[in-house]
Amino acid sequence: MTDTREMKKREEGLEKGVERTRAKRVYTPAVDIIEKKDYIMLLADMPGVDEKSVKVTLEKDVLTIRGNVEPEVHDSHRLAIHEYGIGDYERTFTLSNEIDREHIKASVSDGVLRLTLPKAETARTRHIPITGTA
Amino acid sequence: MTTTYVERILNPWQEFDRMDRMFNRVARRGNCEFPAVNVWINGGNAEISSEVSGVDPEKLDISVSGNIVTLSGTRPVDEKKEGEFRHRHEIRRGDFSKSVQLPFNIDADKVHASYKNGVLHVSLPQLEAEQPKKIEIKSE
Repeated sequence: MTDTREMKKREEGLEKGVERTRAKRVYTPAVDIIEKKDYIMLLADMPGVDEKSVKVTLEKDVLTIRGNVEPEVHDSHRLAIHEYGIGDYERTFTLSNEIDREHIKASVSDGVLRLTLPKAETARTRHIPITGTA
Repeated sequence: MTTTYVERILNPWQEFDRMDRMFNRVARRGNCEFPAVNVWINGGNAEISSEVSGVDPEKLDISVSGNIVTLSGTRPVDEKKEGEFRHRHEIRRGDFSKSVQLPFNIDADKVHASYKNGVLHVSLPQLEAEQPKKIEIKSE
């Protein structure tokens, strides 16, 4: 039942026992990580972020994605139904050595961060032709 | 919720009911249907926000009937291609539909909707005919 997880935003830190002292809530974005022949594609759902409010950092082999979302304000309205919380996003991944760090690409559209992590030349599968001994 | 063997023979649907309830319980643990919505209300006006990232605004549909607003749409399913490997597959895809009931009848002509950075905002005013009217009292 993976569905249950997808329906509710996960709050970062709660499951890892990490306590935060920031006033804002931090959520763990849902991701798709697909490995293709030449690259690894990472899609992260971060509704509310744009290209200015998302940060991707790579330190040693740790890739961190962060997104800032400003809370919604509706003056003189009362919140009648509250099904999701609004806050920042954060998630960390450990990359293997086989990523070509210099050519990582990132873009954001419709609240989805798309990272393209090209595989290093050495890590790509190579087909070695076998020649028969004549 | 134990049923005896005889009861089960007499009423086989009971088992289906039981299973249905079980699945519902599991599915509702996330306590809401996709997409999640926040609704703000101020007298004769409602503001709905919903997180539907990755959805083409052209594929989003908002319909209003009486006091019910329905948000529906589709997020394309990515077919698994040969030679690729999925390390994580957490993003929800496919069709969705969600209805929200408001405490008043909606003026469908005055509904405004916008979509920005994966968040849908809908502003729904109450039908004017229903809005309370202030009656002036003349002193004689």
